[in-house]
Amino acid sequence: MGDDVTVRIILAKLGLDGHDRGLKVVARILRDAGMEVIYLGLRQTTDSIIAAAEQEDADAIGLSMHNAGHMTLAPKMVEAVRAAQLDIPVVVGGIVPDDDLQPLLDAGVAAVLGPGSPAEDVARTVRDVVSANR
Amino acid sequence: MTDDRASTESDRTGVARDEWQAAYDAAELRDVPFETMSGVPVEPVYGDGPYPGQYPFTRGVYPSMYRSRLWTMRMFAGFGTAEDTNARFKELLRNGGTGLSTAFDMPTLMGRDSNSEWSTGEVGRAGVAVDTLADMEDLFADIDLGGVSTSMTINGPAPMLLAMYIATAEKGGTARADLAGTIQNDIFKEYQAQKEYIYPPRPSVRLVTDMMSFTSAEMPRWHPVSISGYHIREAGSTAAHELAFTLANGFAYVEAAVAAGLDIDDFAPRLSFFFNSHSDFFEEIGKFRAARRIWARWMKERYGATSERSMLCRFHTQTAGVSLTAQQPEVNIARVAIQALAGALGGTQSLHTDSYDEALALPTDKAARIALRTQQVVAHETGVANVADPLGGAPYVEWMTDEMERQAEEVFAHLDELGDGSILEGVYAGIDNGYFVGEIADAAYRFEREVHAGRRIIVGVNDFTDGDDGQQNLLRIDAETEEYQLKRLAAVMQDRDSDAVARVLSRITTEAEDATINLMPAFIDAVQAYATEEEICQALVPVFGTYVEKAII
Repeated sequence: MGDDVTVRIILAKLGLDGHDRGLKVVARILRDAGMEVIYLGLRQTTDSIIAAAEQEDADAIGLSMHNAGHMTLAPKMVEAVRAAQLDIPVVVGGIVPDDDLQPLLDAGVAAVLGPGSPAEDVARTVRDVVSANR
Repeated sequence: MTDDRASTESDRTGVARDEWQAAYDAAELRDVPFETMSGVPVEPVYGDGPYPGQYPFTRGVYPSMYRSRLWTMRMFAGFGTAEDTNARFKELLRNGGTGLSTAFDMPTLMGRDSNSEWSTGEVGRAGVAVDTLADMEDLFADIDLGGVSTSMTINGPAPMLLAMYIATAEKGGTARADLAGTIQNDIFKEYQAQKEYIYPPRPSVRLVTDMMSFTSAEMPRWHPVSISGYHIREAGSTAAHELAFTLANGFAYVEAAVAAGLDIDDFAPRLSFFFNSHSDFFEEIGKFRAARRIWARWMKERYGATSERSMLCRFHTQTAGVSLTAQQPEVNIARVAIQALAGALGGTQSLHTDSYDEALALPTDKAARIALRTQQVVAHETGVANVADPLGGAPYVEWMTDEMERQAEEVFAHLDELGDGSILEGVYAGIDNGYFVGEIADAAYRFEREVHAGRRIIVGVNDFTDGDDGQQNLLRIDAETEEYQLKRLAAVMQDRDSDAVARVLSRITTEAEDATINLMPAFIDAVQAYATEEEICQALVPVFGTYVEKAII
């Protein structure tokens, strides 16, 4: 997929954690890279994210994780996407230890972006997973 | 000197010096040699007045500073179950830590019980899980609460947790009047940065003023609000905005408490502050010095405080968690040491040093010990504790202090205008119109872009990247914590008198409707009946409502 194809991505924090610095920075990075960002922000549930993804016809869901809930919450999101028969990739960013990368990918997460990921990697990863899915 | 003006100034300085000397001589000092490593005696302070302990306190809040008492080494800890954290507390006290500081897990911070649908995956992960008084009792088991000072980082549900702490202490035979400590209880910065709110701003501020007046009357050694810039900075603000937003929030609490009928000199001496210490060494030191000067001036000139103790900006400092890198994590020990040194040179009253492995997880025992050792090195080996404000008078440091103050005053002027002459209303308006979150997000993005563009070097991240040997030995919180906590909560709820709980919860809802009633006594009764944190928080919702922020990027 070339850079000229518009990507629509939902960005959200799932659960109670309020650390939103990373998600806001990523929102601006993706917007600057030409994507359409639907920023849901804090305290979202799998249901509210699915509803937004359906309504906005999103190409991907980006979740930001900070407080060690990723091993529970990210697979829950993947299951909810499958249950809704949405067939769009879930990308996880944030504080994810190396040992958890493979288990998350095995659980169906499309990509994981750890702390310090360069801006161009963030945008390219999102484009790659969306285009692999098309 | 022949010049008249100069001689008057030198007289004034002489008087200030004499007054300072008298205050210093009256202070009790630590029994250590105040000399260099090479044995040369050093003065307690150098340079010009106003000296430490003299208005506007730019050079420090006490005349003898660390010669009398080192800063409190207060290490923030909390994970897993209450028993896990209790063991970590005891370990820190054994190792020379001098105060306790409690980190709660995300459900506790948000007023949710461990069995809430919202809590799945987050129980005990980023702090300790507390649902009922039973957990608080376990958390402080076998610790003499009359003999330690305890800090609790909690905001939205702060009154419920303070109620649990009081009930725990009184069950163990320590009167509430003998409890020393701090509860963060700074709700404004939640809407601005940390986002752990439950109710809308105005009813939340009523809870804050209820706690201020309750502790004024009954807990003379308790600090009811720790006005915190730490989280504002971690969310991405500049140093000057950390300073400005924090002090503005402080002014807003003062206005709210005065409006609630409290006398400023009754509560202001027990307000305290909490700042970040980041990596730009001189900017941080200038920020700490400016904080003291601004607070003193505003308290005296704008709010009419007459007690000097009301004018003292006493603060806790924590090194910048956001500066820790996941790459080459051992390098973080150097970052923390430099940030800790800035805190000491800035005159902090207590200090938490971050652990090197915290970019990825809560710290292991070993990493937490190294962090404590790091500040012990600063305190005991470097000699910085011998001389108060050792950098005062240096042109760069004085310029930086003035510059921080100038930028902060611009923010105060903006908020004063937004609030039509009230900083309190200005802060409400700035929360409502997205001013604070917008400024913070802009600064965060600017910084990230500069790092991504290579304009700023972060060692090990965008340069000097060789030698990263991966992540080792991270603290993992197993899923058993959640299972354990769910069973514990179920057992406590099974054993209690549920009619008594229902009665006290309904009383809370009723009393919430009358803003003249202080809610603290009802909260204490509720926790003693083993009402859960979430039950108490939810009892206020019918009256207070809930808060959902406008998503702004």
